Amino acid sequence: MSTIKIAIASGKGGTGKTMIATSLAACLDKHIPVQFLDCDVEAPNAHLFLKPEIDSLQAAVILIPEVDQDACTACGKCVEVCEFHALAQMGDQILLFPQLCHGCGSCQRVCPVSAIHETPRQIGNLRFGKARSGIRFLTGDLTISEPMPTPIIRQLKARSTDECEITILDSPPGASCAVVATIHDADFVILVTEPTPFGLHDLKQMLGVLDQTGSPGGVIINRDGIGDVRVEAYLAQTSYPVMMKIPYQAEIAVGLAKGEVFSDLFPQYQAKFINLYKNIIEILNDKEKV
Amino acid sequence: MTVKVQSVKQCVVLSGKGGTGKTSLSAGLMHLSSLNVPGVYVDADVDASNLALVTAAIPQETHEFSGSKLAVIDPNLCSRCGTCFDVCRYEAILKPINKQVSYQVIDLLCDGCAACVHACPEAAIRMVVQQDGEWYHSTSPYGHLFHAELFPAAENTGKLVTTIKQAAISFSENHQIPLIFVDGPPGIGCPVISASTGADLALLVAEPGVSGKHDLERIIQTLEHLKIPIMICINKFDIYPEGTNAIKRLANSYGYQIIGEIPFDDAVPNAMVQAKPVTEFAPESPASLAIQKIFEVIMPVLFSEEKTYN
Repeated sequence: MSTIKIAIASGKGGTGKTMIATSLAACLDKHIPVQFLDCDVEAPNAHLFLKPEIDSLQAAVILIPEVDQDACTACGKCVEVCEFHALAQMGDQILLFPQLCHGCGSCQRVCPVSAIHETPRQIGNLRFGKARSGIRFLTGDLTISEPMPTPIIRQLKARSTDECEITILDSPPGASCAVVATIHDADFVILVTEPTPFGLHDLKQMLGVLDQTGSPGGVIINRDGIGDVRVEAYLAQTSYPVMMKIPYQAEIAVGLAKGEVFSDLFPQYQAKFINLYKNIIEILNDKEKV
Repeated sequence: MTVKVQSVKQCVVLSGKGGTGKTSLSAGLMHLSSLNVPGVYVDADVDASNLALVTAAIPQETHEFSGSKLAVIDPNLCSRCGTCFDVCRYEAILKPINKQVSYQVIDLLCDGCAACVHACPEAAIRMVVQQDGEWYHSTSPYGHLFHAELFPAAENTGKLVTTIKQAAISFSENHQIPLIFVDGPPGIGCPVISASTGADLALLVAEPGVSGKHDLERIIQTLEHLKIPIMICINKFDIYPEGTNAIKRLANSYGYQIIGEIPFDDAVPNAMVQAKPVTEFAPESPASLAIQKIFEVIMPVLFSEEKTYN
């Protein structure tokens, strides 16, 4: 069995990624097995809405070198191969700057006297649980003052299963490495934007990312009615469909502030989210036929 | 003769959660400070950079930014041994479908670690420097803006943030401009750390609600770890009073006061559409008046340690 991966991304922050991702999950949960990954590990919020029962906690680690100074001949090979300047040589001592280490393992492999072995360093947490009637829920969080979210995103994804019919990935904002780590293998990417100049600028960045990942995508315009019409005018010139529009309403903002799932609060949207899913499946089926 | 000696002050605007109004507030502060103290401004949200869109910024200088490297396999030298595939921890090596083609690097997934380069027995792999984006020194009616556009899907290592901040600092020092405002990125990771390093003050923009509160706590902890003084304001404070009270309680529990409350105000998106700072577009609007108050609180704090030598 394989799972269909739908990622929710945006470019600009705060456009409603988590609102869409949690609503889609909640609506589909009534019909099919759903898996949910909160990949915004710097600011993970999906758990505040889906309120999962977390039953397992694991450390997210990367492997960093430990130098056996007795065995080390101070040849400097490890320092030479490190692209991230995580190792430095001071006299005959090798110094490690753990936060710069990406955990690639090169230093350990090139050491001619096997003086380096790798040891795990925790950079965050992975949490697993169940939400609603059966959503398999995975979330991660980056430890305060740690710089690198992407290893945690990769580890979350490695713990996901193919057994659920659908996997929903809630992406971090932006259009750089953490987003790519989240969406690169998605079958479909939903881009959530708002109809403002900021929304448009950052949406264009995300369309540029999709050009590179090659995943099909569609757009949801949230807070429709604020701003202007330039987002829709721009999309009309692209192949990306507008799949849903949600008007700006103060009641929505208040419901989200309280931690309610949007589609629970506005049940008239439940059919729209089911239709959104059906549309995505149709697009994927059409693509397969070509 | 009295010579005023002072270092350049840095104020970084952050939020943890995205979309709480960092850039609209930054544009307002930029406009207000241009009426008082001349300033230099940095948009440190390099993969979703928006400050230039509301400050009529015109690039005067454009610089290429190269920060990352990617591995490239020479198909003529590749012996199809698969060592690169085995050592790569980023799933960035594509196995060939048949003996006719070589192993290949998936650019999007390559971390630039060069593990494959050092492991390849045929020396068939080399690292190639990538252009990751551009950065600009722009002029605007409100001062000088240092900003960047990271290319879509490029690696945001914080190096680009550091590059534009350093350019802003040396410009400020050369022109004796005492203040730099930095419009920061969301989150708490690498680019946030780069944007915050060296700041004299972090102004946090919180949003009432469960997400805003959760992410505010994470950015407070990050900044306390970096030992950067914090002031907090609340945006859209009036949409959910209970949430605003929760933010205040959280701030108080860390020993911080709320220095300003910005109401929900249509003037903010309207100003954005007109490509102007809200304080200039609608100076008497409730949001503008609140931003003015915040400005009046932070300026004396930023310049409180000013020393005068004879």
